[in-house]
Amino acid sequence: CVICGNAWRHEVMKWNGWGYSDSRFLFNKKGQAEFTGKRYKLSGMILPALKDWFEGTFGASLQHKSPATPLLNTSAVQAPTLNQDFVEELKSIGVPFSHEAEDRAFRGHGHCLHEIFALREGKIGRVPDMVVWPNCHNDVEKIVALACKHNVCLIPYGGGTSVSSALECPPEETRSIVSLDTSQMNRILWIDEKNLTAHVEAGIIGQDLERLLNESGYCTGHEPDSMEFSSLGGWVSTRASGMKKNIYGNIEDLVVHIKMVTPQGVIEKSCQGPRMSTGPDIHHFILGSEGTLGVVTEVTMKIRPVPEYQKYGSVVFPNFEQGVACLREVAKQRCAPASIRLMDNEQFMFGHALKPQVSSIFTSFLDGLKKFYITKFKGFDPSRLCVATLLFEGNREKVLQHEKQVYDIAAKFGGLAAGEDNGQRGYMLTFVIAYLRDLGMDYYVIAESFETSVPWDRVLDVCRNVKARVVRECKDKGVQFSPLSSCRVTQTYDAGACVYFYFAFNYRGLSDPVHVYEQVEHAAREEILANGGSLSHHHGVGKLRKEWMRETVSEVGVGMLQSVKDYVDPKNIFGNRNLL
Amino acid sequence: MKASDRDLRGMKDDEFVDILEERRCSSDLGHAFRTFNPQPYKGGPPCSAADLNKALLDSHFLHRVVKEVAMETGSSQEKVMEEAGEILVEMSHNLHLPFIRLMGYTFSKVIKRLFTSIFVNMDGLNTLQQAVQENPVILMPNHRSYVDFLIISYILFTYDIPVPVIAAGVPLAEMKIVGEILRRSGAFFIRRSIGSDKLYWAVLSEYVRGIVRHGFAPVEFYVEGLRSRTLKSLTPKLGMMQMVLEPYFKGEVFDITLVPISISYDRVLEESLLARELLGVPKPKESTAGLLKASRVLQEDYGSMQVNFGQPLSVRKLCEGKINRSYYNLVPRDLPMKPSAEALACVSWLAHVVVGLQERGSLISPWSLMACLLIQEPTTVLAEQGLLWDDLTEKTLWLRKMVLDFGARLNWPGEAPNSAVMSSAISLHRSIVYLKAGRVYLTQEEVPLRRHRISPEEGVFRTAVPVLMLAAYRNQSLHALVRPAMLAMSICITRSTQRDELFRFFCFLQEVFANEFIFIPGNLSQDFEEACLCLNSCGAVYISEQEVRVSEQSSEVITFLQKLLQPFIDSYQLIFRCVCEEEQVQVFTEKQFLAAVRALALKLILSGELHTYETLSSDTQKNVLSALCRLEAVAKLRT
Repeated sequence: CVICGNAWRHEVMKWNGWGYSDSRFLFNKKGQAEFTGKRYKLSGMILPALKDWFEGTFGASLQHKSPATPLLNTSAVQAPTLNQDFVEELKSIGVPFSHEAEDRAFRGHGHCLHEIFALREGKIGRVPDMVVWPNCHNDVEKIVALACKHNVCLIPYGGGTSVSSALECPPEETRSIVSLDTSQMNRILWIDEKNLTAHVEAGIIGQDLERLLNESGYCTGHEPDSMEFSSLGGWVSTRASGMKKNIYGNIEDLVVHIKMVTPQGVIEKSCQGPRMSTGPDIHHFILGSEGTLGVVTEVTMKIRPVPEYQKYGSVVFPNFEQGVACLREVAKQRCAPASIRLMDNEQFMFGHALKPQVSSIFTSFLDGLKKFYITKFKGFDPSRLCVATLLFEGNREKVLQHEKQVYDIAAKFGGLAAGEDNGQRGYMLTFVIAYLRDLGMDYYVIAESFETSVPWDRVLDVCRNVKARVVRECKDKGVQFSPLSSCRVTQTYDAGACVYFYFAFNYRGLSDPVHVYEQVEHAAREEILANGGSLSHHHGVGKLRKEWMRETVSEVGVGMLQSVKDYVDPKNIFGNRNLL
Repeated sequence: MKASDRDLRGMKDDEFVDILEERRCSSDLGHAFRTFNPQPYKGGPPCSAADLNKALLDSHFLHRVVKEVAMETGSSQEKVMEEAGEILVEMSHNLHLPFIRLMGYTFSKVIKRLFTSIFVNMDGLNTLQQAVQENPVILMPNHRSYVDFLIISYILFTYDIPVPVIAAGVPLAEMKIVGEILRRSGAFFIRRSIGSDKLYWAVLSEYVRGIVRHGFAPVEFYVEGLRSRTLKSLTPKLGMMQMVLEPYFKGEVFDITLVPISISYDRVLEESLLARELLGVPKPKESTAGLLKASRVLQEDYGSMQVNFGQPLSVRKLCEGKINRSYYNLVPRDLPMKPSAEALACVSWLAHVVVGLQERGSLISPWSLMACLLIQEPTTVLAEQGLLWDDLTEKTLWLRKMVLDFGARLNWPGEAPNSAVMSSAISLHRSIVYLKAGRVYLTQEEVPLRRHRISPEEGVFRTAVPVLMLAAYRNQSLHALVRPAMLAMSICITRSTQRDELFRFFCFLQEVFANEFIFIPGNLSQDFEEACLCLNSCGAVYISEQEVRVSEQSSEVITFLQKLLQPFIDSYQLIFRCVCEEEQVQVFTEKQFLAAVRALALKLILSGELHTYETLSSDTQKNVLSALCRLEAVAKLRT
């Protein structure tokens, strides 16, 4: 891989924000928003409506800037605590490593708001003392053995996209902390076309995996929103979920075999039988273990032929309630397209603000007509309507058939087809939305997202109550301007749905904005749990949501997990202290 | 108005406006046809009465219960469903704006005749107007008169706030024409004794929850359940309260706003009816004919009425840390479920809090202060020698200062001289007392001419009517005085200065009188603290960390407060005595027992051993019985 397999990827990626250094939103001299770089469809485009939306929604102003520290001040990074014996033996086995400040700081954080906010202010907390880059499974085995021998703390590092404080180094850790970066373990070892599986090293990044498989006519179909940067090993250890899980399944459905190196040795199954009745599935000790038990090194995954046809779509509903009812019906009939997502009104408006400058007068005329039809002719209230985006995949004939089925259901709930473009733009935004947070942070606006899963009969309650809770908490905590509080339903299941929340507010006038934000997020999570939502659908627990584990999985549940940890890693070598 | 005047009136900074003033100078028809344009509810679109009924009949909850009931009774589901439909027809409101207008028009006519003024606090209305846009709102007025019933709707209509749907008793629905008018004005009707009728409970609770969930119209109900015949707050009923709150507990709404409303009257329309009812004359059944006959009462003057909209309360905030909403996480949404013990306790606590706030929001009239003093005079003196007017006015002004010190809200007209205020109060209440030659006498009904003699017992009852009316008006002030009075009583009885000891006795009194006066559960130490501060504020006691010491000039205050509680103490003691005497019997019916109480009370009043007529009040008797049950001194056997 050109970029991501590179051990020094901070050269192409931001050290204190999301994604590639060359891609960012900014307000140009004319005060218009644009997206720089060449990597994305939106790159190089002007977004004329963004400024007004931004200023109107947050009460922010382009005059009030809160720029980030441009360069990492290496002297702010603590000197490394090295375990000399470990370092010596590591040298002897020939695994590359580094204790450069940049390398260490880059791997000491994920992308939680508080982590990025601190970096922008140039504050660096406890970071790993060194970074090692194993090249293969055997390297990992050697490193883990050495760590055990010399009592060194290991923290596995994949793509670094964690949003659960999972990569934060525990401040109370006194041993030398070594970040085990899997990025060099990025090969597809073999493809088995008879069984449709691929055996892949766990450090591979999502987009590379997909691209390499595509070259052979295959795909995994696993597309989490972070797939540009997140790794296979990371997916396994957080129980990741992909946008197209309706066709391909979530990570737990996709893996056939996992190899993990633990302080007790290697754990794996003896065969690749598609299902087994051999006691509790040991994969489920690994899936979601969040780096507390060992390092996932190799994974056998299901693959599928690349679909011959893809089609986007969108439906406008008069209100969110109708939209949810439609998604529920789609799930009931088990005819969900590869992806179906329902945005609430706030996000619908936001999506509009991100419309690029229209190139021809004709498109804008059409847009006007569409708007007229929906609001005036169909009587939709612009402040209530919401939109679902759809993605169909398969062979052409079936896709068209499927499409009709879904649109017919939507019509029963007052949904109007709103075109492919809207749908496609919706999915494109998924990848650039993370960049927008950095723009907000340049102008005193901080933002975060969080997710949950919830039974169908509580979807509306959770959405309403959590959004309202965020608004009320912000008000109570002294946030001057009412926050953006928005949600979308991103996945459907037989018995429930995954809901994603976004909230953002203007923090001018607050002395400790991160603390306020943390209190709000905490309250929002309490609200989710009180309304029957789960602690997490796919982000994981990390250290951010640890406090709720006991009530989530019961006392015995925690004890069960703890006893596994105690057996597998009695010396707490994998000491990131996530989960428990 | 000068600041000092305002302080004397005790209305503080709230801006009370007489809404009748405008009605007297502009057309009632114009008012009825005004453009009614309330701010829309943000939580969702409006929902018609028919939509609401349909949603109920389609609800999974109801279908589950119907299935269960069908199984239990052996009848078919269709039949049970039909029954549910009939219950709903009897129950459901049919709110129609044109009827609100018609009601408004009639109401304007009637209230202008009855009242000289209706004071409403505008800031309360303004906050309410905001609140109804945000969350479902529950309007919780106290209930002192039938007039309460539509006054809130009338005010909200006048000020462009969505008119409420109102919980009413089925007897009202059965009144010809009037029932239908009420229904279309937003009333929905609940049977009095539901017992264990599962289907009825299901329809009712889902109906109420449906209204709350939709949130576009406020719900109005009387948490006291009944009209208070004694003008004293009643122990809140929890059934309706629980139904109303459940959508919050289940997370079906983000929050619920409770608005306590205090309605006070200078003079209550039903005053003499109520006193008679308390003495055992049954309440006439609500009927349209009865209503027309009662039009006689329209000829009289009832002074002014005050409606005080309290600060909206957020149920979410109040329940913080009291309720674990995840209780409902592991069962289907629409499964009929008993609320948790925690939820029940919280419902009860909230209901008491609201009643407490209703009390604090009530305005005390000059007449009520006078009634506190008048009722402390021996009845025979009041009936025969009368009380010196100058003494009464002087003491009333003294009492006014004291209740203001206690932080009560007063409705003392600031414009007129004090003596005029008091004499107009007397003349407004000439059915109870009258002023003759500088003395105040108890008014007694004239003996019908054709009867030459009345028995002594009849005589007692004749005197009891105005005395109980007087007691009722005294009760309007009780909430402000009861805590310091209980402390005063504790001081007199224990003769202690030790806080602990006084507190123990204070708690004992609260426990005994918990059915008589409304205290918020778990609020004992705050109540005691408040009592200490009150007595301290009027200079009756000095307080320190360990001690509550009586001051030199305290005796007037202490004696007054002690005498205020005396009728209750005497009544309770007498009834306790009856229980003890019945001890050999072991089992007695309520009817027998109350007859025995009444007989003994009569005997003792005639012999001059019992000084209060309040023992004759069925309300007092019921309260004592409930207290005895609560304290497990007697147990109720179900036969």
